[in-house]
Amino acid sequence: MYQIIVCGSLVPDPLQTLEPITGPAGPALRNEMMLPASLDPWARHALYEAANLATIHPGSKVWLVSLGPKAKLQQVMMTIAQKVPFELIALDGPTGGFTDAAETAAALADAISAIPGLDLSKVLLFGGWESASRGAGATMQIVGERLSITEQFQGVDSLTIGDDGSLRIMERVEGGQHQVSVCNAPPAVIGWATGNLPEPSNNPRVGMSNMRGIMAALQTIKPAPVGTGDITFTSVALPTQTRTTRIIKDIPPAQIAADIVAWIKGG
Amino acid sequence: MSTLFLAHPEPDGTLAKSALEALSATIQLAASLETPFCVGLVGENPGPAANSIAGCGAARILTVSGAQFSQARYATDAAAAEALCRATAATLVTTPATSRWNRVLPGVAHRLGGHADSHVTGLTVAAGQPSISRWFYRQRMEAVFTRSTRPWLLALEGGIAPVAAVSNRQAQVTAPIENITLTLPATRTQVTGFEAPASDQQTIRPDADLLFVTGAGWTKKQADGKVKAAEAGALILDFLRLSRSSLGSTKSLVDLGGEGQSVLPFLSHLNQIGQTGSTPRHAKGLATCCHGEEPHTVGWRFIGERRAISMDANCGWARGKADILYVADAFAVMAEVNALLAT
Repeated sequence: MYQIIVCGSLVPDPLQTLEPITGPAGPALRNEMMLPASLDPWARHALYEAANLATIHPGSKVWLVSLGPKAKLQQVMMTIAQKVPFELIALDGPTGGFTDAAETAAALADAISAIPGLDLSKVLLFGGWESASRGAGATMQIVGERLSITEQFQGVDSLTIGDDGSLRIMERVEGGQHQVSVCNAPPAVIGWATGNLPEPSNNPRVGMSNMRGIMAALQTIKPAPVGTGDITFTSVALPTQTRTTRIIKDIPPAQIAADIVAWIKGG
Repeated sequence: MSTLFLAHPEPDGTLAKSALEALSATIQLAASLETPFCVGLVGENPGPAANSIAGCGAARILTVSGAQFSQARYATDAAAAEALCRATAATLVTTPATSRWNRVLPGVAHRLGGHADSHVTGLTVAAGQPSISRWFYRQRMEAVFTRSTRPWLLALEGGIAPVAAVSNRQAQVTAPIENITLTLPATRTQVTGFEAPASDQQTIRPDADLLFVTGAGWTKKQADGKVKAAEAGALILDFLRLSRSSLGSTKSLVDLGGEGQSVLPFLSHLNQIGQTGSTPRHAKGLATCCHGEEPHTVGWRFIGERRAISMDANCGWARGKADILYVADAFAVMAEVNALLAT
């Protein structure tokens, strides 16, 4: 059986228009608290993979460790709780992309260390390999280091556990390939990419069960005042470059094709 | 202040283009800071790679070698990088943003009491202090910032500097190559191999000049009211074979495959570009049957020349993002393109 701990941050809904502003604590997003949020896409994959693994290996348990503003966490958990069973460990702090990965990692590692009955020899530490906000691809490695876990894998699309308990892991590497590794046992850090599982359908019974624990976790939520660390931002800006698009229409496909081929071969 | 450039040789013993670009950027950085720089190489036998850049102007070239370092593995790579950083007392550390270095750099920074930043797309120096550019919120906004803590470890994205700056320095005095011996950490991981599609089915080609982006329009009903997924697949694969381009896809098209609809079976999430996919770097990009922000904005962030084929002349995403928008039936155009490329 495994203790599967999933780290997942909150990010603005990908369909929202994002605009940077300078706030009192550094860069932020305009109307950040008003933007609808969701669990980070890759962390979501990690959570679904964790739940699947826990189902395959009875006796395993899944924790979701999430740092974000309390109100946002409550909003996001209303959705996520319907998907798969987990116990929430909530940390109340800023969730923007401009916070420092190392400070976030320290807060997450402290929260994980405080899990009652934590047995590192059974721990699979899951998370997204990058967030859709900071995109640093750094938090999971630092959490792993803080917990002294040096078997780490990033960009993981597949984890299978053999009869001998070994972990077979496929990581994304260059050129559309996967590197295949075998780790003989937990603990390990698994930074998930997309994985292979579809999004689970909503299950009201799971939702009811999860929400009892989630409400309790939110009522006892601990502050995690992470910031921008030692970073000094010079500028944060949207790309302003727009191109003058030439519209070509009402000409035969053969003529368009000739134009495209000449362009491709143009060096 | 001193700078250390870290790299690993490829299986054939050479340094990849991305490594040479990152070395070139490091040389420029060190020159701007008016400080020396060192090179650290990790691999089973990094000697030939070290020799190939011995004239790059580095004050020292250090290696960590041995069979254990042939594998891209966290425990051994982190130990090697940590040893090289400590041996050079570097305050700035640069690496190419390969999967191997991206995996270990933050952990190494933690061990050294420093910080790491990934996906660095620009390096500048002002008043003797380095600053970096990188993108946030999946390439939606760009920030320029610096850090006060050292060491500062930076994974540099491809294309950050031209390779030429390295090769032009071959005539300089060569640096001696020093091998660092370190006590190997215990590791419980073995790399057993790689899995990739068969060579004739490999659709992701990072070194290709052209990125060919396919959208969900390929699988929609066409003018005659029929879905032509098989024909679309054949056209796309033929084009990839003939043009040697790399295939990108929108999320919606990849998701269709994941939901059990065998529309374009050669597509996987590895092809996906945009918010939850990749932002590849190619000189040219051709988008077909795409609509939406992901392919045209986020997925195209680092594409030089951009063209699109769409039936919608008013596509708000292609307009302003593509250089040329062909309003046409992609099936007809790509069939003609393939015929021309085949001749």
